[in-house]
Amino acid sequence: MRGEVEWRSARLRETRDLTADIRLFALEAAGPFVPPAPGSHVQVAVTIGERADVRSYSIVGPCSDGLYRIAVKLLPDSRGGSAYMWGLKPGANLSVSTPRNHFELTRGRPHYLLLAGGIGITPIYTMALALAEAGADMRLLYGCRSAADLAFGDELRARLGDRLRTVVDGSGEKLDLPAEIARMPAGGELLVCGPIGLLEAAKRAWAASGRPVGELRFETFGSSGRYASEPFTVSIPRLGRTIEVPRNRTMLDTLEAAGIEVVSDCRRGECGLCALRILDTAGIVDHRDVFFSEAQKASNAKLCACVSRMAGGSITVDVAARG
Amino acid sequence: MDKRYPMNAWYAAAWGHEIRHELAARKICGKGMVLYRREADGAVAALEDACWHRLLPLSLGWLKGDQVVCGYHGLQFNSAGRCTYMPAQETINPSAGVRAFPVAERHRLVWVWPGDPALADPATIPDFHWNDGTEWVGEGGTFYGLKCDYRLVIDNLMDLTHETYVHAGSIGDEAITSAPFDVTHSGTTATVTRWMTDIEPPPFWAKQLGKPGHVDRWQIISFQAPSIVVGDVGVAPSGSGAPDGDRSQGVNGAFLAAITPETDTTCHYFWNFARTFRRDDEQLSRDLQTAHVNDGHGVYDQDHAVLEAQQRAIDANPRALFYNLNIDAGALWARRLIDRMLAAEAPAPFIPREAAE
Repeated sequence: MRGEVEWRSARLRETRDLTADIRLFALEAAGPFVPPAPGSHVQVAVTIGERADVRSYSIVGPCSDGLYRIAVKLLPDSRGGSAYMWGLKPGANLSVSTPRNHFELTRGRPHYLLLAGGIGITPIYTMALALAEAGADMRLLYGCRSAADLAFGDELRARLGDRLRTVVDGSGEKLDLPAEIARMPAGGELLVCGPIGLLEAAKRAWAASGRPVGELRFETFGSSGRYASEPFTVSIPRLGRTIEVPRNRTMLDTLEAAGIEVVSDCRRGECGLCALRILDTAGIVDHRDVFFSEAQKASNAKLCACVSRMAGGSITVDVAARG
Repeated sequence: MDKRYPMNAWYAAAWGHEIRHELAARKICGKGMVLYRREADGAVAALEDACWHRLLPLSLGWLKGDQVVCGYHGLQFNSAGRCTYMPAQETINPSAGVRAFPVAERHRLVWVWPGDPALADPATIPDFHWNDGTEWVGEGGTFYGLKCDYRLVIDNLMDLTHETYVHAGSIGDEAITSAPFDVTHSGTTATVTRWMTDIEPPPFWAKQLGKPGHVDRWQIISFQAPSIVVGDVGVAPSGSGAPDGDRSQGVNGAFLAAITPETDTTCHYFWNFARTFRRDDEQLSRDLQTAHVNDGHGVYDQDHAVLEAQQRAIDANPRALFYNLNIDAGALWARRLIDRMLAAEAPAPFIPREAAE
């Protein structure tokens, strides 16, 4: 969905804990209600330490009562957005954007396979309800660590019945993605939201199946890596600068705050504009983008500064500045 | 400015024969669309006519199989609007896509749904079966980009009093202005019924009937919200029972209008005049087409001169209201049904909950 978002003042109407670390927030925004299509998100103005920042959260459910609902997982090593949200009490004032959609649900496909991992259930839940409502042929595969982490599990079971399959890691359940994809009729779409490991497994299985690339759909906010977020050091020999990237801040934000210009656009690891050339590393590069192919990531020639980081240690990069 | 047309509706976008395996641009309800017929299954696709990348109209590109190739940087989109190729990178941005509009082919027309795709139900495509070319025959056409608000065309068709003045000498007749009429409506339709009994037939109808003497003439005009008008029209010899349901001695035609908003002040007018008499007479089909559209001399040409002049006058007098006459009852019901659809689409007003509690 194109176009600028509008920022609106909003009030936190209520919260409800879905699991031990996933909390549902119901937000009442001022101004005419803009109904969100499945796959939409809102941006929320947050404060990280002293710093104003913006986080994107998928909208949960059809919002037919005029409230935007988002579900936020409290992440101990997050950049701080979840801790801010969890600190809010009902009645709190905040600023939210009108909905945007980078993950639009294409109607009228012969089949849909939805695949959610963990908190990635948020857009998938909304899509599942919309598809069930429309009578579409669909299945949902929902993976998480333990049965207690299955947010929306009961609601989904009630609406989808045996079209829902949960896969609980902790109970030793396994997902056979190639087999699941092989079961899909031709023309079916696979829609994925979840951690990067799940996403990359889905991409590999999809590519191996030989199905059309446009029928694999996914969304990522670039916040998930293979490794926990750790502070690391960036050196830029061309500028003679060495900068510490804190655990709760992206490399791109940190460089920009230090006055180092980097061209960027999406800031969620999709467009590739902020890619920097890697000169040297001490440690592991945690590629969190979806712009580079697996082969490109393995070569460690470049990284997307908006989402990717070092799993501790240091990295030496070059920037575009010349003279 | 108030919205003039509902988005959640099926609108005619093209005649089926106009859409081939090549890119065709249409603007429908202010939205640029590119239409094409898929090679694989012959179905029509309708995509947003602006590349995701730099907004160049995709209609300036070309087809590669059933994929649309942007003519600027070569991005490719499948018929569902998903990007399937990006230059100079090994992956595809997952957000990349253009809108795919629900589209269906029925009654020899291609219909698109510019609004919320979740609400698009092909069962709600207007009844336009007179255009199927089976029981009723006729070959119509389209005025693309007619320079008036589509509702002016609806006004025109829902009140045929204008025939007396705009179409004198063909279908116009003083009897129209003196005959009483009846207006009825449902939740989505409005109907104007006018019977003119025992009148001298106007020249057009006298010729079609080919029988001497007075006739009973009917005009039963039905509107389907938001923009379909079908007129059941004809004449039968007076006393042959037409007003009581026996039209067997008469001739029956139907004027068909699917009027699609292009912008606030332009529209595409898909028209036909279908008939149940002399169905095999292809020369008559051509003659009827010429009677309607003929380089400025057909009856629809006469209407269009009026409609475009009316729109220019509206534009020149932006704050002037319309006044209404008794004859406008059908048009006013039509507009009321359109307004209901518009109200249903309007964003809910913001009412702070504290105030409501």
